[in-house]
Amino acid sequence: MSEQTIQLGHGGGGLLSRDLIQREIVSRFGDGALKGLPDGATLPVPAGRAMVFTTDSFVVQPLEFPGGNIGDLAVHGTVNDLAVCGARPRWLSLALILEEGLPMTTLRRVLDSVKKAADDCGVAVVTGDTKVVAHGQCDGMYVNTAGIGELMDGFELGVGRVAAGDPILVSGPVGDHGMAVLAAREGIRITHGVTSDTGPVHRLVQGVREWAPHIRFMRDPTRGGLASVLNEVVEGQATGILLRETDLPFSAGAKAAAEMLGVDLLQVASEGRMILVCAPPVSEAILKVWRGMPEGRGAVKIGEVTATKGRVILETITGGRRLVDVPRGELLPRIC
Amino acid sequence: MKYIDGFRDPAVAAGLRARLDAVAAGLQAWNRPVNIMEVCGSHTMAIARYGIRDILPKNVTLISGPGCPVCVTPTSYIDIAITLAERGAIVVSFGDMIAVPGSSSSLAGCRARGGTVEIGYSPMRAIELAEAHPEREVVFLAIGFETTTAPVVAMLELAIRRGLRNLSLLTAFKRVPPALTALLSDPEIRIDAFLCPAHVSAIIGADAYKPFVETWKVPCVVAGFEPLDILYGILGILEQAARGEAAVANLYARVVTAQGNVHAQSLMAKYLEPVDAAWRGIGVIPASGLGLRPEFADYDAGRRHGVVVGLGAENPACACGEVLKGKQRPPDCPLFGAACTPDHPVGPCMVSSEGTCAAYFKYIVN
Repeated sequence: MSEQTIQLGHGGGGLLSRDLIQREIVSRFGDGALKGLPDGATLPVPAGRAMVFTTDSFVVQPLEFPGGNIGDLAVHGTVNDLAVCGARPRWLSLALILEEGLPMTTLRRVLDSVKKAADDCGVAVVTGDTKVVAHGQCDGMYVNTAGIGELMDGFELGVGRVAAGDPILVSGPVGDHGMAVLAAREGIRITHGVTSDTGPVHRLVQGVREWAPHIRFMRDPTRGGLASVLNEVVEGQATGILLRETDLPFSAGAKAAAEMLGVDLLQVASEGRMILVCAPPVSEAILKVWRGMPEGRGAVKIGEVTATKGRVILETITGGRRLVDVPRGELLPRIC
Repeated sequence: MKYIDGFRDPAVAAGLRARLDAVAAGLQAWNRPVNIMEVCGSHTMAIARYGIRDILPKNVTLISGPGCPVCVTPTSYIDIAITLAERGAIVVSFGDMIAVPGSSSSLAGCRARGGTVEIGYSPMRAIELAEAHPEREVVFLAIGFETTTAPVVAMLELAIRRGLRNLSLLTAFKRVPPALTALLSDPEIRIDAFLCPAHVSAIIGADAYKPFVETWKVPCVVAGFEPLDILYGILGILEQAARGEAAVANLYARVVTAQGNVHAQSLMAKYLEPVDAAWRGIGVIPASGLGLRPEFADYDAGRRHGVVVGLGAENPACACGEVLKGKQRPPDCPLFGAACTPDHPVGPCMVSSEGTCAAYFKYIVN
């Protein structure tokens, strides 16, 4: 039985712990800095290069959902945070909090996904930690990743640089991740249903590096969706944003699920998309590059920055206008 | 999704706008706006969400009516529900009610203090809980207009058939037609036409509006909740106004019939009878509610637990009553957006997701 589920002893620091680390962690991530399991990773930082450091914790329920699981989500989440800061992701830490009774097969699937996603993103898992808590003290497993990346030349990002007339680009349909998780949790089964968009955006950033000085702002619209990110862009600024409902990219599956659950897709998370605000002359070139990449083929312009102070406004399909508000607290708990 | 997208087609919307403008131009001779009341909270929300007020001709005014069941439920009802939970009952409610402020607390506050308050997406949740906890009293918060009343009564019938003795309803059902009568009878309110609710009409039928057309000569147009439905409904009203007509028009025929859902009507009549009902912010409207018939008193939480729903205390500065009657717009209320927000609602119109104040706060640009 000990082989089939996580036991408290797997986190006790004794033989069971060592066995688990050897079989499940070292076997996957044991090359490079993790070799020999030192207490910390020693990293070769390039001289004179600014580094970007970030961390994120993942508590998604269910652990596995259409399109991904908590493992690849934890890699993409941190990689994407680094990428939208203008960094090239290099190293990750991986900390696991496991609940007693978690099926070993689930843990293996999650770790396989971590490995695959990290390899795909060109990042190395260089340090980590595993703890086990008693049954009922966590929901299967929680994951924390921290990431370090090298800041690429030319990026100078900040909401303060955003100016009226700047176009707002998004790399693909938004809201698929949140709706996939919510539909899975509510047991909604839709034919050709919604699949999470969890995926990396670092290639999208690297692909548009040559226009870095003209890029004002980048962000991945996770919790709170487009609505939250765009409101952050204009909050306290002299600028506003005008979106056009007819230009907003949503997948058919997300629209169907959102319709059934009464959810506004503007407020729903994506985990593999990015928003970019740039100077007007470079937007077409950026869209062209993005559309040539698998993760950016649905890229579109959704609106532009205006002089309407501090407000995000949507021109709806009727031609009328309404506010795009930040979501209230209760929306969709635990989607990442 | 084609089914939905078809009712959100921008080109069709543009065509309807052009027709609205043309018909409204012919109504300039009125020398005052055409006042249309959208009765239902779902219409209020859809109108705000699609920016429809923004594109209407200047001489057409939309007034939001009292058609949000959470908004019109009196404070004392919340107080009683809290009392019952504090006495040990399992209180089962639709989610919208949970944060509504009573006179001193909300059901959410009661739950935080240890009361059992369960949210149900379907009334059937009450039966599940009553069967799972035979030793406890289960009280279902039976609020809503005709649309909600029908499934609650269906649940009650099932509970009676299964012989459940520990389940009762705290009723505050509301009926739309008596509210329309009260609004039309109020000399301070000028309503030229009703945009009639979509789903309520599916139950009561479009013919239910005939008396208003005959007695009050106001056009009554039933419309769906999609943006094109609403534009089409308003166009239907303006066309009647331009012809000087008042008729019932059912523009939501894909769901609503003239007679309505006869089975639901007979089920409601079997268990319920009209009663005078208190509307939060408005007052008591004769025969505007539905209560359990005396033979089903065992299932009436009020009679069973010796509690009576009155009007309860209101914040005197809250303008919800005026808003519900369409006399004031939410921004006219001194509390709106300052002391009263969706995070800290004072009045019911702000707390309900379909409330007029919540719609204004969330969506309205100006």
